[in-house]
Amino acid sequence: MKKAALLILAVTVISGGLLLTAYIENQYFYFSTYIVLQYIILATAWNILGGYTGYVNFGTGAYFGLGAYTAGYLITNFNLPLPWLIVAGGTSSAVLGLAIGYLTLRLKGVYFSIATLAMSIVIATLIINTPALGGAKGMYILRPKEVSFFSNYMELLFATMVIIAVFTVALAWFIENSWFGRGLAAIRDDEVAAACNGVPVLRLKVLSATTSGALMGIAGAPYPYYISYMEPLSTISLDMAVNSLAMPLIGGTGSWIGPVLGAILLSTTQQVATVTISSEYNLLIVGILLVGFVILAPNGLVGLFQSLLKRRTD
Amino acid sequence: MGARATSLKTLKWKRPTLGNRIVVENIDAGYGAVNVLHGVSMELNAGETVVLLGTNGNGKSTLIKCIMGLVRPSRGRIAMELDGETIELTGKRLEDIVNYGIILVPEGRHLFPKLTVRENLLMGAFRMAARPHIARNLEFCFEAFPRLLERKNQPAGSMSGGEQQMLALARAIMSHPRFLLVDEPSVGLAPILVAHLFEKIKELKERRDLTILMAEQNFNQATKIADRGYIIVEGKIAFAGDRSLLREHHLVKKYYLGA
Repeated sequence: MKKAALLILAVTVISGGLLLTAYIENQYFYFSTYIVLQYIILATAWNILGGYTGYVNFGTGAYFGLGAYTAGYLITNFNLPLPWLIVAGGTSSAVLGLAIGYLTLRLKGVYFSIATLAMSIVIATLIINTPALGGAKGMYILRPKEVSFFSNYMELLFATMVIIAVFTVALAWFIENSWFGRGLAAIRDDEVAAACNGVPVLRLKVLSATTSGALMGIAGAPYPYYISYMEPLSTISLDMAVNSLAMPLIGGTGSWIGPVLGAILLSTTQQVATVTISSEYNLLIVGILLVGFVILAPNGLVGLFQSLLKRRTD
Repeated sequence: MGARATSLKTLKWKRPTLGNRIVVENIDAGYGAVNVLHGVSMELNAGETVVLLGTNGNGKSTLIKCIMGLVRPSRGRIAMELDGETIELTGKRLEDIVNYGIILVPEGRHLFPKLTVRENLLMGAFRMAARPHIARNLEFCFEAFPRLLERKNQPAGSMSGGEQQMLALARAIMSHPRFLLVDEPSVGLAPILVAHLFEKIKELKERRDLTILMAEQNFNQATKIADRGYIIVEGKIAFAGDRSLLREHHLVKKYYLGA
């Protein structure tokens, strides 16, 4: 019953997104909503490793950047179509995720977080020193001139992101309600106890890190077409890592809806602030919201709703 | 659930257990350069309750950890004989050993403190062989431990020590064990709770046809429910025998009664 309702919701969101492209003319709508969708994917992906498994990851920028640069390289050298870029971007970041998954064997807590932070600096440095990826100069990407079904390429990118976002959230829902997700929750609470109950701890941690990384890479794959000019330091930025960590925390890390709510709230606020005030304030907004939520609603929006609901029924 | 509960009491969890056992042969084990166990041999036959006695630091927990694959012995072998087949356990990983139905209730309980009591119990049924029995085992646990039913939606970390130890036992039952290994269950519990706990372990053993290996310092309580026991002194089996011999043994008097 609940499953059917969620399936209908997913289909509605996808068809609604596709229908929007026929009605909304304002190109800025697509330009800014793209970023909101991108953050829904990144926050949900982050939550699989950070929220469900309990390994706080500061490397979002690295996964995203690796996906974006893989796509950028394939566009400029082989001119591959978008679906292949998404597959390739996801695969390369999945490999990085796999490596980070093995890192959890030795590093826990803050030490794991620091290692992921260092990893994103390493990836950025590698790209700066690789001429084939444009190095520090950056990389120009031209959008294809011909677009079928949509009136321009931006609308196609928007529709692609809607589909990826729905797919990502559906995957998170599926993980949460499976034995895989239950195993991850056990690992988050107590790894020794999880192992004593027969949870294959290492295998699940590696799988969780790989899934999370792959989804972030997929989010990065359409980015070169979106931005047209890619440069390492802004593509692999710490802002992105902080945002995709703050969004699940603000929304609530326990369930799939948390990161979605957090991403919509925070990212929309940032987009509005960019137009009305200045994009310089974006990180400040994150900081204020994060501090506010930590004090007033430590379990995020989802936790806040739950406790309000409980108070009413009591 | 009254009528159902009485039917559960008479219901037997029958399993062909004859001849099934865990054998430990001549193992040496330790941590890094420190060797804790020296040539330890023991066996656990299906249907028995066996207790490992000894004061702190003599190697009881290490022996249990060796069986679970948490500590690798540097010499000797550990095997399980199951329905006429011999399965080597030496070198196997913890999750594989759990999959064979050898379940550990770890020292210090190691519950999932933020998960609810019910979620903790469901985690017990993570191993494949336990999943088809979830509904029946859950009903059994709530009936055997009514306190857990009262608290089923409460986080496990918010319960008292005694209740937590009961939950740890119930969680192990949820994993549908063949062999149940219990490491120092009485640690940190008030004496009256310890007595109650051992009664519960005995009750579970009888109702579920369990096979239990228990490491324990509380000699008096443990020997009340054990069929046999081993006394471990400085990493060696100093004495092995059944309950009556155990209660009379001079080492026990030396260590526990100060004589």
